[in-house]
Amino acid sequence: MLTCSQLGRTLPPPEARTLLSDVNFTLERGEVLAVVGPSGAGKSTLLRLLNRLDEPTSGAVTLNGIDTRTIPPRELRRRIGMVMQRAYLFPGTVAENVAFGPKQQGKNISTDQIDALLTHVGLAGYASRDALTLSGGEAQRVAITRALANEPQVLLLDEPTSALDETARHSVEALLESLIRERHLTCVWVTHSIEQARTMAGKVLAVEAGRVSAYGIAAEVLHA
Amino acid sequence: MLNYFFHSQLSLGLAECLVAALLALAVTLLARTRAPGLLKELPLAELRGVIQIVAVGAILAFMLRGPQWTSLLVLIAMMLAAASIVRKRAKKIPRAFMLALISICTGAGIVLAVMIVFGVIPLKITMLVPVGSMVIANTMNTQSLFLDRLRGEATSHVGEIESALALGASADAAVLPYLNAAFRACLIPSVDNIRSLGIVWIPGIMAGMVLSGASPLYAALYQFVVLTTIFSASALACFVSSHLVTRRIFTVHEQLLLR
Repeated sequence: MLTCSQLGRTLPPPEARTLLSDVNFTLERGEVLAVVGPSGAGKSTLLRLLNRLDEPTSGAVTLNGIDTRTIPPRELRRRIGMVMQRAYLFPGTVAENVAFGPKQQGKNISTDQIDALLTHVGLAGYASRDALTLSGGEAQRVAITRALANEPQVLLLDEPTSALDETARHSVEALLESLIRERHLTCVWVTHSIEQARTMAGKVLAVEAGRVSAYGIAAEVLHA
Repeated sequence: MLNYFFHSQLSLGLAECLVAALLALAVTLLARTRAPGLLKELPLAELRGVIQIVAVGAILAFMLRGPQWTSLLVLIAMMLAAASIVRKRAKKIPRAFMLALISICTGAGIVLAVMIVFGVIPLKITMLVPVGSMVIANTMNTQSLFLDRLRGEATSHVGEIESALALGASADAAVLPYLNAAFRACLIPSVDNIRSLGIVWIPGIMAGMVLSGASPLYAALYQFVVLTTIFSASALACFVSSHLVTRRIFTVHEQLLLR
Protein backbone atom coordinates (compact mmCIF):
# COMPACT_ATOMS: atom_id res chain seq x y z
CA MET A 1 0.00 0.00 0.00
CA LEU A 2 1.25 3.48 -0.91
CA THR A 3 0.11 6.41 1.20
CA CYS A 4 0.83 10.06 0.81
CA SER A 5 -0.10 12.51 3.56
CA GLN A 6 0.25 16.28 3.49
CA LEU A 7 3.11 15.84 1.00
CA GLY A 8 4.71 18.99 -0.35
CA ARG A 9 7.87 20.63 -1.57
CA THR A 10 8.98 24.23 -1.32
CA LEU A 11 12.25 25.30 -2.92
CA PRO A 12 14.91 26.61 -0.55
CA PRO A 13 15.58 30.38 -0.35
CA PRO A 14 16.15 32.62 -2.23
CA GLU A 15 13.58 31.14 -4.65
CA ALA A 16 11.35 29.77 -1.85
CA ARG A 17 8.61 28.80 -4.34
CA THR A 18 6.08 26.14 -3.38
CA LEU A 19 6.01 23.48 -6.10
CA LEU A 20 3.47 21.21 -4.43
CA SER A 21 1.54 21.19 -1.19
CA ASP A 22 -0.90 19.09 0.83
CA VAL A 23 -1.10 16.01 -1.38
CA ASN A 24 -3.02 13.14 0.20
CA PHE A 25 -3.91 9.79 -1.32
CA THR A 26 -3.95 6.09 -0.54
CA LEU A 27 -3.38 3.31 -3.08
CA GLU A 28 -3.91 -0.35 -2.43
CA ARG A 29 -1.83 -2.98 -4.20
CA GLY A 30 -2.68 -3.10 -7.92
CA GLU A 31 -4.47 0.26 -7.93
CA VAL A 32 -3.62 2.85 -10.57
CA LEU A 33 -3.75 6.57 -9.80
CA ALA A 34 -3.74 8.98 -12.73
CA VAL A 35 -2.30 12.41 -11.95
CA VAL A 36 -3.71 15.02 -14.32
CA GLY A 37 -3.31 18.76 -14.65
CA PRO A 38 -1.74 21.47 -16.81
CA SER A 39 2.02 21.76 -17.48
CA GLY A 40 3.93 23.05 -14.47
CA ALA A 41 1.14 22.07 -12.06
CA GLY A 42 3.44 19.83 -10.03
CA LYS A 43 2.61 16.39 -11.47
CA SER A 44 6.22 15.33 -12.13
CA THR A 45 7.28 16.88 -8.82
CA LEU A 46 4.87 14.52 -7.08
CA LEU A 47 6.52 11.48 -8.69
CA ARG A 48 10.00 12.76 -7.81
CA LEU A 49 8.94 13.12 -4.16
CA LEU A 50 7.55 9.58 -4.10
CA ASN A 51 10.92 7.99 -5.01
CA ARG A 52 12.97 10.79 -3.39
CA LEU A 53 14.65 12.08 -6.52
CA ASP A 54 13.66 15.32 -4.79
CA GLU A 55 13.30 15.78 -1.06
CA PRO A 56 9.84 16.52 0.35
CA THR A 57 9.80 19.55 2.65
CA SER A 58 6.49 18.60 4.29
CA GLY A 59 4.35 15.54 4.85
CA ALA A 60 5.26 11.89 4.48
CA VAL A 61 5.07 8.92 2.12
CA THR A 62 4.59 5.43 3.45
CA LEU A 63 5.11 2.17 1.58
CA ASN A 64 3.40 -0.78 3.21
CA GLY A 65 3.17 1.24 6.41
CA ILE A 66 6.88 2.17 6.47
CA ASP A 67 7.88 5.84 6.25
CA THR A 68 9.99 6.03 3.07
CA ARG A 69 12.43 8.38 4.81
CA THR A 70 13.57 5.40 6.86
CA ILE A 71 14.34 3.36 3.73
CA PRO A 72 17.78 3.99 2.17
CA PRO A 73 17.21 5.94 -1.12
CA ARG A 74 18.69 3.20 -3.37
CA GLU A 75 16.49 0.54 -1.81
CA LEU A 76 13.45 2.84 -2.00
CA ARG A 77 14.05 3.52 -5.71
CA ARG A 78 14.34 -0.18 -6.35
CA ARG A 79 10.98 -0.75 -4.67
CA ILE A 80 9.39 2.28 -6.34
CA GLY A 81 10.43 2.08 -10.00
CA MET A 82 10.07 4.91 -12.47
CA VAL A 83 9.62 5.30 -16.20
CA MET A 84 10.22 8.78 -17.52
CA GLN A 85 8.77 10.69 -20.46
CA ARG A 86 11.84 9.83 -22.53
CA ALA A 87 13.53 6.45 -22.30
CA TYR A 88 17.04 7.77 -21.50
CA LEU A 89 18.66 4.46 -22.35
CA PHE A 90 22.33 4.04 -21.50
CA PRO A 91 24.97 3.41 -24.20
CA GLY A 92 25.37 -0.35 -24.72
CA THR A 93 23.09 -3.22 -25.61
CA VAL A 94 19.45 -3.64 -24.72
CA ALA A 95 20.46 -6.53 -22.41
CA GLU A 96 22.94 -4.30 -20.56
CA ASN A 97 20.19 -1.73 -20.04
CA VAL A 98 17.81 -4.35 -18.67
CA ALA A 99 20.50 -5.77 -16.36
CA PHE A 100 21.46 -2.31 -15.04
CA GLY A 101 19.12 -2.21 -12.03
CA PRO A 102 19.85 -5.71 -10.66
CA LYS A 103 23.58 -5.14 -11.24
CA GLN A 104 23.45 -2.13 -8.90
CA GLN A 105 22.40 -4.48 -6.11
CA GLY A 106 25.17 -6.91 -6.98
CA LYS A 107 22.69 -9.34 -8.56
CA ASN A 108 23.27 -11.05 -11.88
CA ILE A 109 20.29 -11.40 -14.12
CA SER A 110 20.69 -14.34 -16.49
CA THR A 111 20.47 -14.11 -20.27
CA ASP A 112 17.41 -16.34 -20.16
CA GLN A 113 15.69 -14.00 -17.70
CA ILE A 114 16.51 -10.98 -19.88
CA ASP A 115 15.22 -12.77 -22.98
CA ALA A 116 12.03 -13.75 -21.13
CA LEU A 117 11.45 -10.14 -20.01
CA LEU A 118 12.08 -8.80 -23.50
CA THR A 119 9.80 -11.41 -25.09
CA HIS A 120 7.11 -10.40 -22.61
CA VAL A 121 7.22 -6.77 -23.78
CA GLY A 122 7.29 -7.74 -27.46
CA LEU A 123 11.02 -7.30 -27.99
CA ALA A 124 12.12 -10.90 -28.54
CA GLY A 125 15.58 -11.07 -30.13
CA TYR A 126 16.47 -7.48 -29.15
CA ALA A 127 18.93 -8.37 -26.35
CA SER A 128 22.10 -7.75 -28.33
CA ARG A 129 20.79 -4.68 -30.21
CA ASP A 130 22.45 -1.30 -29.64
CA ALA A 131 20.07 0.47 -27.25
CA LEU A 132 20.71 3.88 -28.79
CA THR A 133 19.52 2.84 -32.25
CA LEU A 134 15.96 1.85 -31.23
CA SER A 135 12.81 3.69 -32.27
CA GLY A 136 10.93 5.78 -29.66
CA GLY A 137 8.37 3.05 -28.98
CA GLU A 138 11.00 0.30 -28.74
CA ALA A 139 13.18 2.43 -26.46
CA GLN A 140 10.25 3.10 -24.14
CA ARG A 141 9.52 -0.64 -23.99
CA VAL A 142 13.15 -1.23 -22.98
CA ALA A 143 12.83 1.51 -20.33
CA ILE A 144 9.74 -0.24 -18.93
CA THR A 145 11.53 -3.63 -18.97
CA ARG A 146 14.55 -2.03 -17.28
CA ALA A 147 12.34 -0.70 -14.48
CA LEU A 148 10.54 -4.07 -14.12
CA ALA A 149 13.85 -5.98 -13.88
CA ASN A 150 14.14 -4.53 -10.35
CA GLU A 151 10.79 -6.15 -9.48
CA PRO A 152 9.31 -2.96 -8.00
CA GLN A 153 6.18 -2.89 -5.85
CA VAL A 154 5.17 0.50 -7.20
CA LEU A 155 5.69 1.90 -10.70
CA LEU A 156 5.80 5.65 -11.34
CA LEU A 157 5.01 6.61 -14.93
CA ASP A 158 5.84 10.16 -15.97
CA GLU A 159 3.91 10.66 -19.21
CA PRO A 160 5.47 7.50 -20.66
CA THR A 161 3.62 7.77 -23.97
CA SER A 162 3.64 11.52 -24.59
CA ALA A 163 6.79 11.45 -26.74
CA LEU A 164 5.50 8.59 -28.93
CA ASP A 165 3.53 8.55 -32.16
CA GLU A 166 -0.06 7.30 -32.20
CA THR A 167 0.75 3.65 -33.05
CA ALA A 168 3.58 3.37 -30.52
CA ARG A 169 1.42 5.10 -27.89
CA HIS A 170 -1.35 2.53 -28.24
CA SER A 171 1.03 -0.42 -28.10
CA VAL A 172 2.91 0.92 -25.03
CA GLU A 173 -0.42 1.68 -23.31
CA ALA A 174 -1.61 -1.88 -23.98
CA LEU A 175 1.69 -3.27 -22.71
CA LEU A 176 1.51 -1.26 -19.49
CA GLU A 177 -2.11 -2.21 -18.94
CA SER A 178 -1.30 -5.93 -19.19
CA LEU A 179 1.85 -5.65 -17.04
CA ILE A 180 0.01 -3.75 -14.30
CA ARG A 181 -2.77 -6.35 -14.27
CA GLU A 182 -0.46 -9.40 -14.33
CA ARG A 183 1.93 -8.13 -11.68
CA HIS A 184 -0.64 -6.34 -9.49
CA LEU A 185 1.52 -3.26 -9.70
CA THR A 186 0.55 -0.17 -7.80
CA CYS A 187 0.94 2.70 -10.25
CA VAL A 188 1.05 6.47 -10.20
CA TRP A 189 0.61 7.57 -13.81
CA VAL A 190 1.14 11.20 -14.78
CA THR A 191 -0.71 12.05 -17.96
CA HIS A 192 -2.01 14.99 -19.94
CA SER A 193 -4.64 12.84 -21.55
CA ILE A 194 -8.04 12.64 -19.82
CA GLU A 195 -8.86 9.71 -22.10
CA GLN A 196 -5.75 7.85 -20.93
CA ALA A 197 -6.62 8.60 -17.29
CA ARG A 198 -10.14 7.28 -17.85
CA THR A 199 -9.02 4.01 -19.45
CA MET A 200 -5.95 3.24 -17.36
CA ALA A 201 -6.70 4.45 -13.83
CA GLY A 202 -9.10 3.60 -11.05
CA LYS A 203 -8.41 6.83 -9.18
CA VAL A 204 -7.59 10.32 -10.34
CA LEU A 205 -5.71 13.15 -8.64
CA ALA A 206 -6.08 16.52 -10.36
CA VAL A 207 -3.39 19.08 -9.62
CA GLU A 208 -3.40 22.79 -10.39
CA ALA A 209 -0.69 25.30 -9.47
CA GLY A 210 0.84 22.91 -6.95
CA ARG A 211 -2.43 22.14 -5.13
CA VAL A 212 -4.82 19.22 -5.38
CA SER A 213 -8.04 20.37 -7.05
CA ALA A 214 -9.79 16.98 -7.06
CA TYR A 215 -9.17 13.43 -5.89
CA GLY A 216 -11.30 10.34 -6.04
CA ILE A 217 -12.67 7.52 -8.18
CA ALA A 218 -11.75 8.16 -11.84
CA ALA A 219 -15.30 8.03 -13.17
CA GLU A 220 -16.50 10.57 -10.58
CA VAL A 221 -13.60 13.03 -10.82
CA LEU A 222 -13.45 12.98 -14.62
CA HIS A 223 -17.21 13.22 -14.95
CA ALA A 224 -17.26 16.30 -12.74
CA MET B 1 62.26 47.67 -33.48
CA LEU B 2 61.38 48.29 -29.82
CA ASN B 3 65.07 48.09 -28.95
CA TYR B 4 65.59 51.22 -31.01
CA PHE B 5 63.17 53.28 -28.89
CA PHE B 6 63.62 51.76 -25.43
CA HIS B 7 67.02 51.42 -23.87
CA SER B 8 66.34 50.40 -20.27
CA GLN B 9 65.31 46.76 -19.64
CA LEU B 10 62.20 47.78 -17.65
CA SER B 11 60.82 50.19 -20.24
CA LEU B 12 61.56 47.68 -23.01
CA GLY B 13 59.72 44.97 -21.05
CA LEU B 14 56.68 47.21 -20.54
CA ALA B 15 56.61 48.11 -24.23
CA GLU B 16 56.78 44.42 -25.17
CA CYS B 17 53.89 43.71 -22.78
CA LEU B 18 51.85 46.45 -24.44
CA VAL B 19 52.45 45.01 -27.92
CA ALA B 20 51.50 41.49 -26.77
CA ALA B 21 48.39 42.75 -24.96
CA LEU B 22 47.22 44.82 -27.95
CA LEU B 23 47.74 41.87 -30.28
CA ALA B 24 45.60 39.64 -28.02
CA LEU B 25 42.92 42.36 -27.95
CA ALA B 26 43.00 42.69 -31.74
CA VAL B 27 42.49 38.94 -32.16
CA THR B 28 39.62 38.99 -29.64
CA LEU B 29 38.08 41.95 -31.48
CA LEU B 30 38.30 40.00 -34.74
CA ALA B 31 36.56 37.00 -33.15
CA ARG B 32 34.08 39.05 -31.06
CA THR B 33 31.01 37.45 -32.62
CA ARG B 34 32.13 34.04 -31.37
CA ALA B 35 32.46 35.08 -27.72
CA PRO B 36 31.21 38.65 -27.07
CA GLY B 37 31.91 38.41 -23.33
CA LEU B 38 35.59 37.75 -23.94
CA LEU B 39 36.14 41.28 -25.22
CA LYS B 40 35.12 42.66 -21.83
CA GLU B 41 36.94 39.98 -19.88
CA LEU B 42 40.30 40.08 -21.65
CA PRO B 43 41.48 43.70 -20.94
CA LEU B 44 40.79 43.22 -17.23
CA ALA B 45 42.50 39.81 -17.27
CA GLU B 46 45.52 41.31 -19.04
CA LEU B 47 45.77 44.23 -16.61
CA ARG B 48 45.42 41.90 -13.66
CA GLY B 49 47.96 39.47 -15.12
CA VAL B 50 50.62 42.10 -15.75
CA ILE B 51 50.23 43.62 -12.26
CA GLN B 52 50.40 40.18 -10.65
CA ILE B 53 53.46 39.05 -12.61
CA VAL B 54 55.30 42.31 -11.93
CA ALA B 55 54.46 41.91 -8.23
CA VAL B 56 55.79 38.34 -8.31
CA GLY B 57 58.95 39.55 -10.05
CA ALA B 58 59.43 42.14 -7.29
CA ILE B 59 58.80 39.54 -4.56
CA LEU B 60 61.25 37.13 -6.23
CA ALA B 61 63.89 39.84 -6.38
CA PHE B 62 63.32 40.49 -2.66
CA MET B 63 63.27 36.79 -1.73
CA LEU B 64 66.53 36.04 -3.48
CA ARG B 65 68.18 37.87 -0.61
CA GLY B 66 66.22 35.95 2.07
CA PRO B 67 66.04 32.33 3.40
CA GLN B 68 65.12 29.47 1.00
CA TRP B 69 62.03 28.29 2.94
CA THR B 70 60.15 31.45 1.99
CA SER B 71 59.62 29.86 -1.43
CA LEU B 72 57.20 27.41 0.21
CA LEU B 73 55.09 30.32 1.44
CA VAL B 74 54.92 31.64 -2.12
CA LEU B 75 53.79 28.24 -3.42
CA ILE B 76 51.10 27.98 -0.72
CA ALA B 77 49.84 31.46 -1.62
CA MET B 78 49.79 30.41 -5.28
CA MET B 79 47.71 27.33 -4.46
CA LEU B 80 45.19 29.47 -2.55
CA ALA B 81 44.96 31.89 -5.47
CA ALA B 82 44.60 29.00 -7.92
CA ALA B 83 41.74 27.48 -5.90
CA SER B 84 40.01 30.85 -5.83
CA ILE B 85 40.25 31.12 -9.64
CA VAL B 86 38.91 27.58 -10.09
CA ARG B 87 35.97 28.44 -7.81
CA LYS B 88 34.99 31.30 -10.12
CA ARG B 89 35.06 28.95 -13.13
CA ALA B 90 33.02 26.31 -11.30
CA LYS B 91 30.29 28.57 -9.91
CA LYS B 92 27.52 25.96 -10.12
CA ILE B 93 29.45 23.38 -8.12
CA PRO B 94 28.79 23.89 -4.40
CA ARG B 95 31.83 24.44 -2.15
CA ALA B 96 34.13 24.46 -5.18
CA PHE B 97 36.87 26.46 -3.41
CA MET B 98 37.61 23.76 -0.84
CA LEU B 99 37.31 21.07 -3.50
CA ALA B 100 39.84 22.86 -5.73
CA LEU B 101 42.14 23.69 -2.83
CA ILE B 102 42.28 20.11 -1.57
CA SER B 103 42.77 18.77 -5.12
CA ILE B 104 45.47 21.28 -6.11
CA CYS B 105 47.31 20.97 -2.80
CA THR B 106 47.24 17.18 -3.06
CA GLY B 107 48.13 17.00 -6.76
CA ALA B 108 50.73 19.74 -7.01
CA GLY B 109 51.91 19.31 -3.41
CA ILE B 110 52.63 15.57 -3.54
CA VAL B 111 54.19 15.64 -7.01
CA LEU B 112 56.42 18.62 -6.18
CA ALA B 113 57.41 17.00 -2.86
CA VAL B 114 58.44 13.78 -4.66
CA MET B 115 60.49 15.74 -7.19
CA ILE B 116 62.16 17.72 -4.39
CA VAL B 117 62.95 14.56 -2.39
CA PHE B 118 64.60 13.01 -5.46
CA GLY B 119 66.49 16.24 -6.04
CA VAL B 120 64.93 16.68 -9.48
CA ILE B 121 63.71 20.12 -8.47
CA PRO B 122 66.37 21.79 -6.33
CA LEU B 123 65.16 23.47 -3.14
CA LYS B 124 66.31 26.85 -4.44
CA ILE B 125 64.05 29.85 -4.81
CA THR B 126 65.24 30.44 -8.37
CA MET B 127 64.12 26.92 -9.41
CA LEU B 128 61.34 25.98 -6.99
CA VAL B 129 59.21 29.08 -7.45
CA PRO B 130 59.20 29.19 -11.29
CA VAL B 131 58.84 25.42 -11.75
CA GLY B 132 56.35 25.14 -8.85
CA SER B 133 54.28 27.97 -10.25
CA MET B 134 54.17 26.28 -13.66
CA VAL B 135 52.98 23.06 -12.05
CA ILE B 136 50.36 24.84 -9.92
CA ALA B 137 49.12 27.01 -12.79
CA ASN B 138 48.68 24.03 -15.09
CA THR B 139 47.02 22.02 -12.33
CA MET B 140 44.65 24.96 -11.84
CA ASN B 141 43.80 25.04 -15.55
CA THR B 142 43.16 21.31 -15.61
CA GLN B 143 40.94 21.61 -12.52
CA SER B 144 38.90 24.36 -14.14
CA LEU B 145 38.55 22.31 -17.31
CA PHE B 146 37.58 19.21 -15.35
CA LEU B 147 34.89 20.90 -13.26
CA ASP B 148 33.53 22.90 -16.18
CA ARG B 149 33.36 19.83 -18.40
CA LEU B 150 31.76 17.78 -15.62
CA ARG B 151 29.12 20.47 -15.07
CA GLY B 152 28.42 20.52 -18.81
CA GLU B 153 28.24 16.73 -19.07
CA ALA B 154 26.02 16.41 -16.00
CA THR B 155 23.59 19.18 -16.97
CA SER B 156 23.20 17.79 -20.48
CA HIS B 157 22.64 14.24 -19.16
CA VAL B 158 20.29 14.94 -16.24
CA GLY B 159 17.77 12.45 -17.66
CA GLU B 160 20.32 9.63 -17.89
CA ILE B 161 21.75 10.36 -14.42
CA GLU B 162 18.30 10.48 -12.79
CA SER B 163 17.23 7.35 -14.71
CA ALA B 164 20.22 5.54 -13.21
CA LEU B 165 19.35 6.85 -9.73
CA ALA B 166 15.72 5.80 -10.24
CA LEU B 167 16.97 2.27 -10.99
CA GLY B 168 18.72 2.14 -7.62
CA ALA B 169 22.21 3.21 -8.72
CA SER B 170 24.47 5.05 -6.31
CA ALA B 171 25.33 8.67 -7.06
CA ASP B 172 28.87 7.54 -7.92
CA ALA B 173 27.63 4.95 -10.41
CA ALA B 174 25.08 7.31 -11.95
CA VAL B 175 27.64 10.02 -12.68
CA LEU B 176 30.59 7.74 -13.50
CA PRO B 177 30.42 7.94 -17.35
CA TYR B 178 30.36 11.75 -17.17
CA LEU B 179 33.15 11.91 -14.58
CA ASN B 180 35.28 9.70 -16.83
CA ALA B 181 34.51 11.82 -19.89
CA ALA B 182 35.46 15.02 -18.02
CA PHE B 183 38.64 13.40 -16.67
CA ARG B 184 39.77 12.29 -20.13
CA ALA B 185 38.94 15.65 -21.71
CA CYS B 186 40.73 17.80 -19.14
CA LEU B 187 44.00 15.90 -19.54
CA ILE B 188 44.09 16.10 -23.34
CA PRO B 189 46.04 19.43 -23.43
CA SER B 190 48.60 18.10 -20.97
CA VAL B 191 49.14 14.88 -22.92
CA ASP B 192 49.32 16.82 -26.20
CA ASN B 193 51.98 19.09 -24.70
CA ILE B 194 54.17 16.09 -23.93
CA ARG B 195 53.43 14.50 -27.31
CA SER B 196 54.30 17.63 -29.27
CA LEU B 197 57.35 18.55 -27.21
CA GLY B 198 60.20 19.67 -29.44
CA ILE B 199 58.18 19.20 -32.63
CA VAL B 200 55.45 21.81 -32.28
CA TRP B 201 56.95 23.88 -29.50
CA ILE B 202 60.10 24.48 -27.48
CA PRO B 203 58.85 25.76 -24.13
CA GLY B 204 60.24 28.78 -22.34
CA ILE B 205 62.01 27.03 -19.51
CA MET B 206 64.32 25.27 -21.95
CA ALA B 207 65.09 28.51 -23.74
CA GLY B 208 65.73 30.16 -20.37
CA MET B 209 68.12 27.41 -19.25
CA VAL B 210 70.08 27.56 -22.50
CA LEU B 211 70.29 31.34 -22.22
CA SER B 212 71.61 31.02 -18.66
CA GLY B 213 74.39 28.67 -19.77
CA ALA B 214 73.03 25.13 -19.27
CA SER B 215 73.80 22.46 -21.86
CA PRO B 216 71.02 22.36 -24.51
CA LEU B 217 70.68 18.57 -24.11
CA TYR B 218 70.22 18.81 -20.33
CA ALA B 219 67.81 21.72 -20.82
CA ALA B 220 65.79 19.60 -23.27
CA LEU B 221 65.63 16.66 -20.86
CA TYR B 222 64.67 18.98 -18.02
CA GLN B 223 61.85 20.39 -20.10
CA PHE B 224 60.49 16.87 -20.45
CA VAL B 225 60.75 16.51 -16.66
CA VAL B 226 58.74 19.70 -16.14
CA LEU B 227 55.99 18.71 -18.56
CA THR B 228 55.58 15.22 -17.15
CA THR B 229 55.58 16.69 -13.65
CA ILE B 230 52.79 19.01 -14.76
CA PHE B 231 50.87 16.04 -16.15
CA SER B 232 51.31 14.04 -12.93
CA ALA B 233 50.17 16.94 -10.74
CA SER B 234 47.19 17.72 -12.98
CA ALA B 235 46.09 14.10 -13.24
CA LEU B 236 46.47 13.51 -9.49
CA ALA B 237 44.53 16.70 -8.69
CA CYS B 238 41.70 15.66 -11.03
CA PHE B 239 41.73 12.14 -9.63
CA VAL B 240 41.27 13.54 -6.12
CA SER B 241 38.67 16.00 -7.37
CA SER B 242 36.75 13.25 -9.17
CA HIS B 243 36.39 11.40 -5.87
CA LEU B 244 35.32 14.45 -3.91
CA VAL B 245 33.02 16.13 -6.40
CA THR B 246 30.15 13.59 -6.17
CA ARG B 247 29.38 14.69 -2.62
CA ARG B 248 29.07 18.24 -3.87
CA ILE B 249 26.77 17.65 -6.81
CA PHE B 250 24.48 15.22 -5.00
CA THR B 251 22.72 15.53 -1.65
CA VAL B 252 23.25 12.95 1.09
CA HIS B 253 20.08 11.27 -0.19
CA GLU B 254 21.68 10.92 -3.65
CA GLN B 255 19.59 13.62 -5.32
CA LEU B 256 21.25 15.49 -8.20
CA LEU B 257 21.83 19.16 -7.42
CA LEU B 258 23.13 20.23 -10.86
CA ARG B 259 20.30 21.04 -13.26
